Amino acid sequence: MVHQFKNNGFNIAMDVNSGAIHVVDDPVYEIISRYEADSKEDIINDLSKEYGLEETKEAYDEVTLLKEDGKLFTKDIYMPYLKSFDSRPIVVKALCMHIAHDCNLVCKYCFAGKGEYNGEREMMSPEVGKKALDFLVANSGNRKHLEVDFFGGEPTMNMDTVKQIVEYGRQLEKTTDKIFRFTLTTNGLLLNDELEEYINKEMSNVVLSIDGRKEVNDFMRPFRGGNGSSYDIILPKYKKLAESRNQENYYVRGTFTHNNIDFSKDVLHLADEGFKQISVEPVVAEPSEDYAIREEDLPAIFEEYDKLACEMSKRKKEGRGFNFFHFMIDIDGGPCVAKRLQGCGSGCEYLSVTPNGDLYPCHQFVGNEDMKMGDVDTGVTNTALRSEFRKSNVYSKPACQDCFAKFYCSGGCAANAFNYSGDINGNYKIGCEMQKKRVECALMLKAAEAMM
Amino acid sequence: MKHIVTLNERVLEDTMEHGGCGECQTSCQSACKTSCTVGNQNCENEAQK
Repeated sequence: MVHQFKNNGFNIAMDVNSGAIHVVDDPVYEIISRYEADSKEDIINDLSKEYGLEETKEAYDEVTLLKEDGKLFTKDIYMPYLKSFDSRPIVVKALCMHIAHDCNLVCKYCFAGKGEYNGEREMMSPEVGKKALDFLVANSGNRKHLEVDFFGGEPTMNMDTVKQIVEYGRQLEKTTDKIFRFTLTTNGLLLNDELEEYINKEMSNVVLSIDGRKEVNDFMRPFRGGNGSSYDIILPKYKKLAESRNQENYYVRGTFTHNNIDFSKDVLHLADEGFKQISVEPVVAEPSEDYAIREEDLPAIFEEYDKLACEMSKRKKEGRGFNFFHFMIDIDGGPCVAKRLQGCGSGCEYLSVTPNGDLYPCHQFVGNEDMKMGDVDTGVTNTALRSEFRKSNVYSKPACQDCFAKFYCSGGCAANAFNYSGDINGNYKIGCEMQKKRVECALMLKAAEAMM
Repeated sequence: MKHIVTLNERVLEDTMEHGGCGECQTSCQSACKTSCTVGNQNCENEAQK
């Protein structure tokens, strides 16, 4: 399968199954589009009128060379390979720890239902947290690197538990061959010098929630009661924290909604404020919500992604580039094909732990009792559900089979698919369309970089 | 080549031999939490590189 597109003056040909990415000129672009359907003679006859006989023949031969070299028109050969993974033992390597089901903001789009995940306000105890680490170590097989994200609600409302879990993890590192990578996702309100120092010492990554421009942020991220500006409080704190981490190993992370479809302005606002690691992502919401992204928003959203990619390319040339998480693609040293086929590992390698120690396939399923998988005392008991998640991959999702983006999103988010189609192997069409656009923009940026 | 510039040397098939060790980061632990962003994860397998 070959996917071709034009973006910002570049003609790009993706050979989907090999992952080879080519920047091509106009005759090659046309030759590739006809190569499998038409005869060599017909293609050369037709195109030589515009490009000349010698040029067209030369271009045709280059396409043939790449085909022979396994970099164009390759077949998907990975299904039997993936099948061979079925007999591997199931391991858990990452936990999303719901340290607090409570929050000091009431963000309108919060999938955690303003922090409580549609349940009671609750804090995780250090004991539950430590049991979760024991569960992780015991089920991690030969995985060396274990990941623990402190999540909420707002985890900094329960820092004592976070600190005790980290301390316990550091002890486990001495008695096992495991290495913990702790990360924290925060709304920043409680950040202070002491917390900053602690985060810099213990957290390999920190995600700092902010939506961009002040009016956009404060509209969707208000305080309980509605008074005051969360933006004014967090922006200076985030700037200081980002600098203290040398502008690395953090993200300022925002959500865009139907209310700010012009979200490229929010990304650039964050860049103009000096942030170098930025992620602004589309909201995931019930279609009935007024801020939900609708199908008719897509053309404008695509235009915004294009605008953003062009501006990023320009800024990079000027030496003031920044990273945008959804445009980051590693085309040379990136993930192996096994990872690309299996995706995020939710419900299997990746689980969420609620404040009382229940296990769910991921943070987005928390609160849905049908999706409970077990708890930190007894481990995963719903093995049928785990099996469903384990079997879910690019090949189990009908909508992915002919999609050019399948090796970049790995079949997409199981929770989004479930929420929109009732099936983890279904699809979230709006999300898929945005993902495809982002892949194209990301590859255009790679092309621009290569041609600099 | 005169008409084509290929941006990457390694193709996915090359990763089959040493792939699947699972040491790389879980995508939702990086920043997203609402999408599945796998293509940007770093490979941590030295044998693969």
